[in-house]
Amino acid sequence: MKNTAFEVQFEGVGRTFAVPRNSRTSRAANTALGNAANAEPREVLSDITITVAPGELVAILGTSGCGKSTLLRIAAGLDTGYVGDVSIDGTPVFGIDARCAFAFQEPRLLPWRTMEKNVALGLPRGFDKVAGAQRVAELLALVGLSASAHLRPREVSGGMAQRASLARALARNPGVLLLDEPFGALDALTRIKMQDLLLEIHAAAPTTILLVTHDVDEALQLADRVVLLGRMPGQPGSTITELVTVPGNRPRDRGNAELAEIRAHLLEGLGIDRHVH
Amino acid sequence: MSTTTDSALAAPARSNGSAPSGSVRSARNTAPAVKTRNARNPRSSRTRISRTRGGRLLISSILPLAILLVWQIASTSGLVSVAQLPSPEMVYLAGVDLIQRGLLGPFIGISLQRVLIGFTIGAALGLVFGAIVGLAKVWEQFFGSTFGAIRAVPSLAWVPLLLLWLKIGEESKLTLIAIGAFFPVYTTVAAALRHVDRQLVEAGRAFGLSGVALFRTIQLPAVLPAVISGLRLALAQAWLFLVAAELLASSAGLGFLLLDSQNNGRTDRVILAIILLAIFGKTTDALLSLFEKWAVRRWA
Repeated sequence: MKNTAFEVQFEGVGRTFAVPRNSRTSRAANTALGNAANAEPREVLSDITITVAPGELVAILGTSGCGKSTLLRIAAGLDTGYVGDVSIDGTPVFGIDARCAFAFQEPRLLPWRTMEKNVALGLPRGFDKVAGAQRVAELLALVGLSASAHLRPREVSGGMAQRASLARALARNPGVLLLDEPFGALDALTRIKMQDLLLEIHAAAPTTILLVTHDVDEALQLADRVVLLGRMPGQPGSTITELVTVPGNRPRDRGNAELAEIRAHLLEGLGIDRHVH
Repeated sequence: MSTTTDSALAAPARSNGSAPSGSVRSARNTAPAVKTRNARNPRSSRTRISRTRGGRLLISSILPLAILLVWQIASTSGLVSVAQLPSPEMVYLAGVDLIQRGLLGPFIGISLQRVLIGFTIGAALGLVFGAIVGLAKVWEQFFGSTFGAIRAVPSLAWVPLLLLWLKIGEESKLTLIAIGAFFPVYTTVAAALRHVDRQLVEAGRAFGLSGVALFRTIQLPAVLPAVISGLRLALAQAWLFLVAAELLASSAGLGFLLLDSQNNGRTDRVILAIILLAIFGKTTDALLSLFEKWAVRRWA
């Protein structure tokens, strides 16, 4: 399997939702887009410009509702109503992009399919059947689910489902892996295991990874660079307020003093005072 | 009677031993220990009866047998006059008589034919329109309220119009049955498609699925149980409308048998027709549930 890693470029990207009156949730905003007459616009992202190098692991950090997931969905082609330019490997993103794979916050496995068949969903269209089965078996082994290949999603734990979701994304052999808080709903111990697994995967096949998270420690543990999304004064939407290059090679010592300083700095950027914390 | 009960009691203890949850316990217990537990705790043995095939058959046949018994006693003891409630034997003989006259076979045949054709047409149209309306908002706006209004018309209100337009032929009956079968399928399919988990659909799109492939991979398996229950409702409606159509205008069929027998005071034949409707309704429903098992294995 050839390893690919693409450059991802955001150039002045902004996104405005038409929010219907009396509704504040982003889900409602998505469904009500066509109904602009009865809606007031709400700018979520404005002027995002960043270039992610091939094979780089960038964490996108921000408070809840700041547009982190929206930025990721724009890169995946799942959200098309943005302004600005997004390009992958030098060509603009248009619609669902076959070069990207997405792992959602929830596992989103098909409940009627076995784990194995769920992972197979991620294989690129027209993939050879025998080679596909072999690839799925490899991926299940990689995420430690070989023994559960024939179980349905409701028969496994949340951590296992999330690993299957990751394997499904990897099955696409993506040039860009987009991870939307994939470990957010897991317990602390499982989360650490999943983070190590992600680093293993990245070391074995260094694809470009964009990781959305609200966990500062996770970002510092995993990423080459951390992007902090937040509001600039006088601007309605979130933009990049901070871009931190994380020092040291992975795996990093969680108790490192330099990291502790960056951690405090980022938490401050998220609105958490270092004295209180 | 007592032997059946014994075997039904003994069988579940064995079959439960192979079940994953109970295996450890039964392996540790010796056979006598199992017996004493059953004897001490009748509740647990009762739940076990319902798990074996023989036990299920036994439990489900209690009520029909009891009804038959009460019917037999009521009709032979003189409590009710024979003209109002003929005995089971008389109903049976009425059936044999109709078979010998060569009427029962054709009556059942024409009724089955009407139900199956009407149901197939109505259900197929229901699937198509349900899918269109459930998948695209525009078509929901286009068809939704009109179909809702047509659905609100009690279906028997169509009868005079159908007779006027299509005369007293097969077409008018088939149309009425098709109308009856259409709406349960249309409503359940449209509603189920609208409520397919958006997140799963988005996941499917994110992995490059669209159009027919997306429908086959995500939406169809997701709505399959609802589609089948819609079909089963539609089949029940088809039988309902069959009888309505045949009661109003026909010269053959089970509905006609009902009406004709009532006019001639043949209560035995009325009851025969009702029992036949029950049997055929239940049988066709059972066939659909077999189809459900197959479809779930195939797609979901």
